[in-house]
Amino acid sequence: MSNNDSPDKTTGLHIGAAEPGCKKTDPMLIIDHVKKNFGGLTAVDVQHLEIPKNAITALIGPNGAGKTTLFNLLTGFDSPDTGSWSFLGTSLSGVPSYKVAQMGQVRTFQLTKALSLLTVLDNMKLGAKNQAGESIFRALFPSMWKKQDAEIEIKALELLKRFQLDTKKADFAASLSGGQRKLLEMARALMTDPVLVMLDEPMAGVNPALTQSLLGHVLNLKKEGLTVLFVEHDMHMVRHIADWVVVMAEGKVVAEGPPETVMNEQAVIDAYLGAHQDTDLGVVTGRISIVDEEKKDK
Amino acid sequence: MDWGTILNNTLAGLLTPTTIAFALAALGLAMHFGFAGLLNFGIAGFMAIGAYGYAISVLTFGFPWWVGMIVGVIGSILFAILLGVPTLRLRGDYLAIVTIAAAEIVRLMFLTTAFTDVTGSADGLFGYNKSGGFTAANPFPPGSYGWGPWTYNSETLWVLTFGLGVLAVCVWFLWALMRSPWGRVIKGIREDEEAIRALGKNVFAYKLQALIIGGIFGGLGGIVYAAFANVSPGVYVTSITFFIWTSLLLGGAATIWGPVIGAIIFWTLQAFLSNVLPELALAGILPVSGTQAATLRFVLVGIGLMLLVIYRPQGIFGDKREMTFVK
Repeated sequence: MSNNDSPDKTTGLHIGAAEPGCKKTDPMLIIDHVKKNFGGLTAVDVQHLEIPKNAITALIGPNGAGKTTLFNLLTGFDSPDTGSWSFLGTSLSGVPSYKVAQMGQVRTFQLTKALSLLTVLDNMKLGAKNQAGESIFRALFPSMWKKQDAEIEIKALELLKRFQLDTKKADFAASLSGGQRKLLEMARALMTDPVLVMLDEPMAGVNPALTQSLLGHVLNLKKEGLTVLFVEHDMHMVRHIADWVVVMAEGKVVAEGPPETVMNEQAVIDAYLGAHQDTDLGVVTGRISIVDEEKKDK
Repeated sequence: MDWGTILNNTLAGLLTPTTIAFALAALGLAMHFGFAGLLNFGIAGFMAIGAYGYAISVLTFGFPWWVGMIVGVIGSILFAILLGVPTLRLRGDYLAIVTIAAAEIVRLMFLTTAFTDVTGSADGLFGYNKSGGFTAANPFPPGSYGWGPWTYNSETLWVLTFGLGVLAVCVWFLWALMRSPWGRVIKGIREDEEAIRALGKNVFAYKLQALIIGGIFGGLGGIVYAAFANVSPGVYVTSITFFIWTSLLLGGAATIWGPVIGAIIFWTLQAFLSNVLPELALAGILPVSGTQAATLRFVLVGIGLMLLVIYRPQGIFGDKREMTFVK
């Protein structure tokens, strides 16, 4: 896929004006009054947010906006002080993280969590759900899980092929490069047959060529009917693949809407992208004279 | 110097009830640390509970030997649950602190004079093998068996046979578990439990299961030890925990046979050093007294453990590739 291809964007996701907390035609996640304090700091304070189904939603915002904390709350890795949230109509308040994952909501981590001293294939096979052999009693009798394990292996190999990791299947995950680990983590997440994939900075530290293939994978997920929610700082990626953008700042949702419109809102530009988002980095750092002129104006 | 005796005693160390008991306990640690990543420094506590559970149920409650041994195993299961429920949600290092403290509490409870009637306090317990019927269950008629350094009377042979049987079952059990998808989850938890949780596995339940299984192996180690010697609180001290750790790391923590071979090497080496060092002192080669020379072996064990962890952390049987990626 070349850079200029504009992937099919899903539109018509919202009801009424595209403002913070607006209703969606078909929401997958609904968040109400979720608040989380760390000591005196309010990390997350979301009044109402709906994540649309079968679309790619980007969660953006400056560092410390509470994006990862919101991720942790939604997936049960952290519990909020107040609030409720539901996934496909089921309330997730107080549900432990592993049960959230079993319901089909899978996440990846900002700092990639490859299981280093397991082989790539074992990493993948771990992702599969409802494995008979994972019960301690049935584990002792291979006849009860051998067949299922073989099926899982076939599925794992197919996914590895798609992510171009099939040649690495017998290697320890520790021997993979940073980018390959990102791919492995995403592929492993897909082994759980999720309906909602939550990616925490999937592009961080990935080289441009690999970014292209990762983007392709994320777009494929939507084609397969999955819903994607991702946190990302790379604005090109957000513009390119997101159908919907939610902007957070200081724990609150400050704007949401389709990428073309939301990223032009002045509040968003000021809060996050910065006043110089279209200017050369050299200008921002003051190595080119335009900045001096601006200072004079002020 | 009498090299013949030294060699004879060293070779005898290859197969003793103590070696088997250590191999079992080290197998338990392999489950805990090698596969599940649980830092358990209280394996001596599990052994003590297994041994005392057996001895007390025979002596105080008059159970037959095999019921007593089952009680010992149940005791170690309960101890694992008691330790695990409050601590397994915490980070790994905390488990290490809690287990070392818990093992000491267990030992001191058996040592205190408050329960002398039941525990025998500092004297420990004895005679349970006879009164519980373990000795009578010996299928071997009295006599001398084996050859050379491996000559045993029928009683020792019975303990060895029993111990080897238990060890074989435990090795099979661990092997069967670790090749299964269950073992895969356990190894995954060792690497990163958050990631496993994100994949929908109940990490706490798996860790508790691993703690219980390793605890059973530890308890069985205590039972085999008790089937041969008396039960004494002086045995289950913290240093025995570190001997077992040395055995485990020697063989390879994340292996099935590593702990067994490690225990054998450890005790053979101990037998060799405890024979050769006093001899060297007597011959004037070591400038220390005979008793000092005998203690010197523990110093050497300590140095050996350090060298091992630094230069060969994966042990003798560990995967060479693991070495490259040690964090």
